Amino acid sequence: MTDAILSTRSLSKSFGALQASDSVSLDLRAGEIHALIGPNGAGKSTLIAQISGALRPDSGSVIFDGQDVTPLPTVARARLGLGRTFQISALAMEFTVLQNAVLGALGQRGRAFRVLGKVMRDKALLESAESALQEVGLSEFRNTVTAELSHGQRRQLEVAVALTLKPKVFLMDEPMAGLGAEGSQRLTGFLDGLRHRAPILLVEHDMDAVFALADRISVLVYGRIIATGTADEIRANAEVRQAYLGEEDAA
Amino acid sequence: MRRETILNVGIPGLLLAIGLLAYALDETYIITLATRAAILALAGVGLNIALGLGGLVSLGHAAFFGIGGYAMGILAFHAQTYMPLWGVIGGTTSMPIIWLVAVIASGLAALVIGALSLRTSGVYFIMITLAFGQMLFYFAISWPAYGGEDGVSIYMRNNFPGLNTLVPLNFFLICFAVLAVVLIFAGRLGKSPFGLALQATRQNVARVEAVGLAPYKLRLMAFVLSGAITGLAGALFADLNRFVSPSMLSWQMSGEIMVLVILGGIARLSGPVAGAMVFIALEYVLEDLSHYWHIYLGAILLLVVLFARGGLVGLIAGREVAHD
Ligand SMILES: Nc1ncnc2c1ncn2[C@@H]1O[C@H](COP(=O)(O)OP(=O)(O)OP(=O)(O)O)[C@@H](O)[C@H]1O
Ligand SMILES: [Mg+2]
Repeated sequence: MTDAILSTRSLSKSFGALQASDSVSLDLRAGEIHALIGPNGAGKSTLIAQISGALRPDSGSVIFDGQDVTPLPTVARARLGLGRTFQISALAMEFTVLQNAVLGALGQRGRAFRVLGKVMRDKALLESAESALQEVGLSEFRNTVTAELSHGQRRQLEVAVALTLKPKVFLMDEPMAGLGAEGSQRLTGFLDGLRHRAPILLVEHDMDAVFALADRISVLVYGRIIATGTADEIRANAEVRQAYLGEEDAA
Repeated sequence: MRRETILNVGIPGLLLAIGLLAYALDETYIITLATRAAILALAGVGLNIALGLGGLVSLGHAAFFGIGGYAMGILAFHAQTYMPLWGVIGGTTSMPIIWLVAVIASGLAALVIGALSLRTSGVYFIMITLAFGQMLFYFAISWPAYGGEDGVSIYMRNNFPGLNTLVPLNFFLICFAVLAVVLIFAGRLGKSPFGLALQATRQNVARVEAVGLAPYKLRLMAFVLSGAITGLAGALFADLNRFVSPSMLSWQMSGEIMVLVILGGIARLSGPVAGAMVFIALEYVLEDLSHYWHIYLGAILLLVVLFARGGLVGLIAGREVAHD
């Protein structure tokens, strides 16, 4: 527990009668990939939203880097070093790929109120943006308008923008979705190394990726964490098999 | 050179040429029209920062236009009556000082109005900016010190160091120079770090927040810059007419500024200049043909909105290339 950089304490959130988060406590430790899995509608994205600040929990708290960030808005949490990717790509669609990455680099640097000087000629920003695009394999699309990217490429760009933020923690909501087998494999390899830069809370449906990557896995069902453990522990867990993995077998 | 770059030089260049040609042909009235176009274009360039770059549909920009106008009216009024304002501040007829006051006053008004309006979005934002505009309009009407509904007339055009401003060409050149400087500023603004962040808020607020930038602050800054520039245009407009009245604060005025931006091309640098020139030309031609020229204007506007989303500039230059 001492080396947890991010933890949630009894987070609860309901939408009307629907309990989307039910006293969720989990933590993310330095250097690890902690995967959060669970069936559709289990409340994974809702949890990410509460950690990133987009949603207020009804009760409970979010502790990040030794600080209770529960009252802080998204912007402040991002500045503290929470870098998130969205399940449904949230990018500036009219911008080029490079512009989106530069926007991330600008956010990381701050000082966004400068009205003079060309942002797309700023060496430091460009360097950070280009290297992030390079890492996710989007360099050749740098001048493509984002709206023209495939869904998979948008997911990659989401990751690239998160990289430019140089965050202390990555929150990734289904980064593999739409990537295809080859793309997933590539990203899996990339995330494998990324955990040493900053730990990753990874929401993912791609079980191959999850079991290959995760140091620990938490299983969320109906807003409640029913198990946390290593890949082997989760595979062996009867409740998980029944509630979640079993469902997949049946399907 | 990109087509848009050519237009950004060519369109203002055309306006300058029209002014100079009118001078050569001794067509004073045309010079006045060109001056009017330059000033309305300036107001539009201001609005375009909020509307085009920031996606902020403000229907209250007449407030800033009018505040700029009244800044000129009030200062010149106290100068011509030799009655100091509040017993201490003498008026002035110096354009640079008037401009400075107009920019600061309208910028402050934009700060207050923006700070409150920007807490809303969409239709509510449109409505609340409209409401603030109307508030100032009725305030001006019921404020007897400066003519109330009748407004204030200024007998003499204000002064500019080294130039006789009563010569129509000189005043045109002053207005055009101001427009040119502001266009250069607006062009650089769009490509600056702030411009990138602001344009991102227009497209995806969640993205901007996720990279740790505050959309509210970015928009507020855009709104203040936008209001200040439109206010500067207001001061020139009042000087052109040597008259300021509540009509400068009316919602029709806000609509007119917005129409010329849409006509020329939202978010296109030279859009408001093209829009203002066409607007003034239509007014000039159609007003002769029919008293109800606004109907024709409406029809043209409808065509632009339906078939040329980038306005006239978009029609000629095509879709804007996003990089650079
Ligand atoms: N803003 C909202 N208002 C009402 N209900 C919501 C809201 N957001 C999410 N929900 C509901 O909360 C539940 C959890 O949603 P959430 O998006 O967190 O699931 P998820 O685990 O991310 O699912 P998926 O795997 O499909 O992405 C769902 O039943 C969803 O319909
Ligand atoms: Mg989800």
